[in-house]
Amino acid sequence: MSLTSSVPIVAGSPRDLAKRFMSVPSAVIALAVFLGFCLLGFGAPLIAPQNPYDLRQVDILDSLLPPGSQSFTGMTYWLGTDGQGRDMLSAMLYGIRISLIVGLLSGFLALIFGTMVGLVAAYRRGWVDTLLMRIVDLQLSFPTILVALILLVILGRGVDKIIFALVVVQWAYFARTVRGVALVEGAREYVDAARGLRLGGLRILLGHILPNCLPTMLVVATMQMAMAISLEATLSFLGLGLPPTRPSLGLLIANGFDYLQSGRYWISVLPGLVLLAIIISANVLGDRLRDVLNPRL
Amino acid sequence: MAEFIIKRVLQALLVLLVMTVLVFFGVNVIGNPVYIFASSECDQACLTKIIADLGLDRPVWEQYLVFLGNLLQGDLGNSFTHGIPALSLIFERLPATLELAFAALVLALVIGLPLGMRAGLKPEAFSSRCIMAFSMIGFSLPVFWIGLIMILVFSVQLGWMPSIGRGDTVEVFGTEFSFLTLNGLHHLAMPAFTLSLIMMAMVIRLTRAGMREVLFADYIKFARANGIRERRILSAHVMKNILIPIVTVLGMEFGGVIAFAVVVESIFSWPGVGKMLIDAIGVLDRPLIVAYLIFVVFMFVILNLLVDILYSILDPRVRLGDSPT
Repeated sequence: MSLTSSVPIVAGSPRDLAKRFMSVPSAVIALAVFLGFCLLGFGAPLIAPQNPYDLRQVDILDSLLPPGSQSFTGMTYWLGTDGQGRDMLSAMLYGIRISLIVGLLSGFLALIFGTMVGLVAAYRRGWVDTLLMRIVDLQLSFPTILVALILLVILGRGVDKIIFALVVVQWAYFARTVRGVALVEGAREYVDAARGLRLGGLRILLGHILPNCLPTMLVVATMQMAMAISLEATLSFLGLGLPPTRPSLGLLIANGFDYLQSGRYWISVLPGLVLLAIIISANVLGDRLRDVLNPRL
Repeated sequence: MAEFIIKRVLQALLVLLVMTVLVFFGVNVIGNPVYIFASSECDQACLTKIIADLGLDRPVWEQYLVFLGNLLQGDLGNSFTHGIPALSLIFERLPATLELAFAALVLALVIGLPLGMRAGLKPEAFSSRCIMAFSMIGFSLPVFWIGLIMILVFSVQLGWMPSIGRGDTVEVFGTEFSFLTLNGLHHLAMPAFTLSLIMMAMVIRLTRAGMREVLFADYIKFARANGIRERRILSAHVMKNILIPIVTVLGMEFGGVIAFAVVVESIFSWPGVGKMLIDAIGVLDRPLIVAYLIFVVFMFVILNLLVDILYSILDPRVRLGDSPT
């Protein structure tokens, strides 16, 4: 075995990697945009001018006001109001929060589950591997949106339900990727060395192989998160995802769709622009991470 | 060959069976089947009658067998809102969806191929970069958002395009088609374009990748050395070779297009099966929902089966189980 084959995928310290990551302006902008939206979303209860779920704070008389209008009580609706008189800025901040929570949480759960399946398949080989990969193949042969659609039609609306559906459509990507990387890593010299030291199988798997799969997992997770947010928005737009009491960005866009024909563009377009910014920045981040970490995807 | 096909057919049947179990238990265990088959203004007496009619006092596996038996006879129950068998309603709406999907497919090829070739020929040119950026946008932006912006720009602001419905249709062989009338085409344009974007992005990428590969192949060099004109090289030699992966991928993606049609149809109020599903969910017309799910799964399994078999004919390695991983 040549020397080069035992060099791990990632070359360089975390600092070098961070430097390389930051050397492309678009990646820095994407990171800033994404973190900015995270801050806005998770800080929504603190910074939003109004709690859009609190009916006492919402005045139906103020419905459908264009951006910049003043409310009866003198508050300015910088981004206008929707059909129920909610302040769009506040509704969007809360919407970002929901969308991000759903995207991040479902991605995280799918990552954990998929990684476990992938590691087990790569470690056990044989019929376990064949069976698990058969299931993965079957899952991936159905379009994501179709599976999510079927699940949500059966399960109904709800935050927990959409997270479940998104985990179901995502885990297979992680399982397949992790299995691939783990198979490659498992054949490397450091694993042989660990075996030579008579380390236990579980310890080799979790302590030695798993850390070397992390860069690849990070890239897949970033891309999947963008996809999950987009899919959640699509399903919520169709009225299948989140309940109306928890309006995500997709649901806000759907609410505004009814008013689009009458020229009240802001209710739909503004949350849409935020959604785009989040999805595009996550995609750019994933692209850059892949270039920097260079996993063989 | 025969052995492979038989194996794949058996596998497809198994998948179908598993899916009917999932849908059945999804509907019967998670949802309450009484409310699925009862209309909303059903009183206690009528509820008891329905429970007896549905055989809900019997064990679950027996109920499943009854469901399966009815399914095999093509009986998926009557739609509440329309009062006719759910399956015939689906077949009534299907041509509109298929028309939309095929129009999207054609658009993806007609626009995507030339753009992809351009990007493959001159990868460094500004126009090629724009094309690739466009394909990335097509991939990552949610379909519903694109449709929405198209309505806002072309229907509301400019007033050029109709935003809802199918327009005039012409009956051919007992089926209504709208692409044969000018008004129908006018209505078809925006939804078809919206639906085609994902496929178009894919065609652009595949064509570009294929061009990069094929252009440096020996047979292209020889064709050039033979003095064959560039146009002919592109249209005959290059095209033929890059089309194979494109056709395969598009075949496999067609099921996804039908799924995305749900989104596009509900935005543009296109009267296909997807719109029907969303409407059925809105009024809780559950027999129709179950019928749609079974139908879509069925269609998808058949489609996958066909692609697999076709692929094994084109590429013998597949059926010999000689996979690289």
